[in-house]
Order: sequence, then structure tokens, then C-alpha cells
Amino acid sequence: MTDPVITAKNLDLTFETNDGPVHALKDVSLDINKGEFVSFIGPSGCGKTTFLRCIAGLEQPTAGEISVNGMTPDEARRARAYGYVFQAAGLYPWRTIGRNVKLPLEIMGFSKAEQNERTRRVLELVDLAGFEKKFPWQLSGGMQQRASIARALAFDADILLMDEPFGALDEIVRDHLNEQLLKLWARTEKTIGFVTHSIPEAVYLSTKIVVMSPRPGRISDVIDSPLPRERPLDIRDSAEFIEIAHRVRDGLRAGHIDD
Amino acid sequence: MRTAFVTGCARGILMTRLNAIIPALTVVAVIVAFWTLCVIPMNAHLTADQAQRDGMVLTPEAPRDRQELSGLSLALKNPAIIPLTYVQTRPRLPSPHQVVQELYDTVIDKKITSKRSLVYHGWVTLSATLLGFVMGTTLGIMLAVGIVYSRTMDKSVMPWAITSQTIPILALAPMIIVMLGAIGIQGLFPKSIISAYLSFFPVVVGMVKGLRSPDAMQLDLLRTYGTNSNQGFWKLRLPSSIPYLFASLKIGISASLVGAIVGELPTGARAGFGARMLVGDQYGQPMVTWAALFAAAITAAMLVAILSVIERQTLRRMGMGAA
Repeated sequence: MTDPVITAKNLDLTFETNDGPVHALKDVSLDINKGEFVSFIGPSGCGKTTFLRCIAGLEQPTAGEISVNGMTPDEARRARAYGYVFQAAGLYPWRTIGRNVKLPLEIMGFSKAEQNERTRRVLELVDLAGFEKKFPWQLSGGMQQRASIARALAFDADILLMDEPFGALDEIVRDHLNEQLLKLWARTEKTIGFVTHSIPEAVYLSTKIVVMSPRPGRISDVIDSPLPRERPLDIRDSAEFIEIAHRVRDGLRAGHIDD
Repeated sequence: MRTAFVTGCARGILMTRLNAIIPALTVVAVIVAFWTLCVIPMNAHLTADQAQRDGMVLTPEAPRDRQELSGLSLALKNPAIIPLTYVQTRPRLPSPHQVVQELYDTVIDKKITSKRSLVYHGWVTLSATLLGFVMGTTLGIMLAVGIVYSRTMDKSVMPWAITSQTIPILALAPMIIVMLGAIGIQGLFPKSIISAYLSFFPVVVGMVKGLRSPDAMQLDLLRTYGTNSNQGFWKLRLPSSIPYLFASLKIGISASLVGAIVGELPTGARAGFGARMLVGDQYGQPMVTWAALFAAAITAAMLVAILSVIERQTLRRMGMGAA
């Protein structure tokens, strides 16, 4: 692997609230290499989403260093270094699927021809070709979330940050989307940061699993997955898969014992 | 087969329409019935006086004694005057058919160039209403944008906007008309100012809420694109506020009409709904007052209906109406 694209060193983040300070992140250090698929897993309040938002420059750490593509997260954000997928699809109801995907392209000043070309390509990538003219309410929840992934892919940033993107979907849809996401990752060779609270999802998708624990939010284990990059859904029944899942569960439990 | 199908469809549409209209018509019918009943006691005394002059024998005979009685008991003691209460030329309360007759005479029968045509007077009021509505809406939107984007304006303008609406417009209107008249501005414009004064407020309140309606996630999404606030306004905040804007516009346009009418009252304007109401009152022609009142109400209803149609079409075109 090459140099890390995302580096965090001794990251601290404390929110001041009326009930006193909340340590969302404490002493978090992590390197993410180019082309990796990194999952952040842990119970709510462990800081996984906060850490992802720090990478995106949406949250300012109170101490420590973080760099994205060798820049500060804020610079990286302005240089449009990453696409971000939120928990909810957040499509604009007044825009068609096609025009929703074009939103970042319009803002970034792509030419009309380029916009059309890119929209067509990313909608194909998420299996939504032919839905360009539909409005969001005409699509199912899973399709909407795929459209929001297409929107994050449209401007071709090297990094894709995803904050529990499939959390609100049912298991069957989730399995299907996980499979598609892996294919998409293989084809685009992007670096992906993925927040989840599902162990099978984390193990199935990731090359690296970051287990986090709460109060204060910190990393309790980092697991490099020995699974091959090519992963059919039934890999989840293999002994290796179950072993990694065990280790993740142990890590999660260890985080709770300190409470 | 085909004809039967088409007839079936037509009947279906008619039924849906009827289902929507029947509740509204029921309310109208109840109001008209109540109004019709009220005509008898309201007009009983003056009808009795007139009937006595025309030679009818009444109980009690002395007008002074009749004053002691309520309108209702007077009418019950002298049932013969009941039909007459509905046909007085200067009734205290005109009957529904008299108002309809007056409306028909002044809206349809009179040439619109005539000074007695309600269409002519309606246009005088309507033009001030529309000008004031455009001014008020523009001002309201600009203030809302200022309030949303500037903390200083948020703190300073909103309290004053609220305060402005606590001043009774009846107290303020004559001052505006007189002061503008003193510097030579008369006619349409001062009335529009009052209309604007009443209509900017709902637009400010609605637009502030609408421009602030995008949630944190949607704002974060734009931040991840490195969006500047100008793009954020046109791409997210403004489209999100459109449903709120229409709700405000519908309140604003009726407030505008009220403003224009109030603007016609204090200075003895010679034209407009307000002028007609005043003339009817001062010259003892209640039908004129009532006809103007109804014409104003119908005008307001039509303005709101037009805005509703525009709203429906706009939201449908934006993909938000059909859901």
C-alpha cells in the first residue's frame, strides 16, 4: 500500500454542553491508506460519526492533528476531496433524480455536457439508469439512498465517506446494497470510510475494521481483514468471517467493561 | 359501452365536486337563513312606523309605546308587517334578496364607466390592493432574507415587525393618508402603502420560517461541496421556502385588500369599496354599504383562489404537489 490518504494523530474533541464537557473523541490515532475500505463500528456515543465528520471538516477537533490528502480537512473540503453520504438520502423533493445528482456538479461549475455525461454514468453505476426523470417520492427508500450515493460519486472525489447509509433500510435491501457497494468500490478504487453499527456489515465490507467504544469516544481495536477483496454474500458463512466477527464483538464488549 | 363509461366518469367527477361543495353550501344556507330571520326584528320598528303612516292599524298604536317593545314581539303582535320588513327602501338590515338585487344592478347592469358601477369602484380598490401587495411582498421577502442571513437584523428587525402589527391600522391609516397628502401624494399610492404595511408581515414570518426550513443534514451536504452562501440560497433555501411563501401570500393578499379599503375610509375618498361603504352609511343607503361589503368579500375570495391555483401549479411543477 501507498502513503496514507487520511492520517489522524492524538485527536481530541470535546463538546461543551450544559451538563458539562462531553468527550466525543479522546486520543484517536489512525491511518487510512489509499483504496482501503474502512468501517467504524461501535455503540452510539462512541464517536464514530464525529470522527467521520472530523475527516470531512464538518467538525473541528479540539486537539491533535488530522490530514486528508496532505491538507487540513477544511482545505480538503474546499478542494472537494470527498463525497459524503448521510444517514438519510436527503434528496431535494423539487428536483428529479437526475437533477439531484447534478446538484454538486452545478455548484462546482461543470459544463452542461459534462453534467449530463457524469449523471448518466453514476446513475448507471448505482443501477438507476432510466430513473433520471423521476422525482424522489416515486422511488423506494433503497433506491433513494442509491441516488444519494450517485450524487456523492458524481464529482469523482477519491474518498467516499458514508455515515450509516443503510441504517434505515431493511435487511434484504441492505444485503443487496452492500453487495453493490463492494462492486462499486472494486470498479472505482475509491478510499471509503463507512460508519455502521452492524457487525456483519462491517466485516463483510471492510479491509480494515475500527472498533470504537464510548465515554470517552476512542479506538479500542483495529482489525485488518484477511478476507479476499472479491466477496460473494455467502462468504459470511465461512470460518474466517465468523472469526473476525468474533473479534469485533470482543472488542465491543471490552469497550463496555470499563464503564 | 363507451358512452356509458364516459357518463360514468362524468357522474364520478360531478359527485366529487358535489362532495367538496355541499359542506360549504350548507354553511352558506345556514347563514342566509339566520340572516333572513334577523331581518324581521331588525326592521320591525321602522316598518311599523311606515305602515302606520300608510293607514295600517297597529298594536300598540302610539309609536312611543312601540319603542318599549322588542322588534321580535312587535312583529309577533302585528304579523301583517312581517312581509313588509323585507321590502323597506332604507332598512336597518337589508334582506338577502335586496343585497343580491343591488349587486346585480351595480355590477352587471351599470356600465363600468359609471360612477355607480361597483366594477369601477372595485378596480379602484383592487389596483391599490395589488400595488400594495407587490410592495409588501417584496419588502417582506427582502426583510426575511436579511433576518436569515444577518444576526444583527434578526435581533433588530423582527421585534419591530411584530410591534408594527400591534398598532391599530385604523389609527395609523388617516395619519399616513394625511401626511402623504401634505407632500402632494394622493390617490393610489397612499392606499398601497397601507396595503403593503399590512401584507409584508405574514410574508416576513412565513419566509423566515421557510428559508430556515432546511435541516442540519441538508446544510452539511452543501458544506461538503464547498458551497458558498449565495448558491446555498438559490439551490436550497429559496426552493425550500416556496410552500411557506404561498401560505403567506394568501394571508397577505386579503390583508392588502383590507388595507386598501381602510385607506379609503378616513379621507372621504370618492371611489373604491371603502368610499361606497361610507357613502351608503352617510346617506342612509344600507344596500350600497352591504353590496360593497359583499363585493369586497367576493374579490378577496377570488384573489385567494387565484393564488391557490398558482400555488398548486407551481408545486406540481416543482414535483412537490402530487405526493
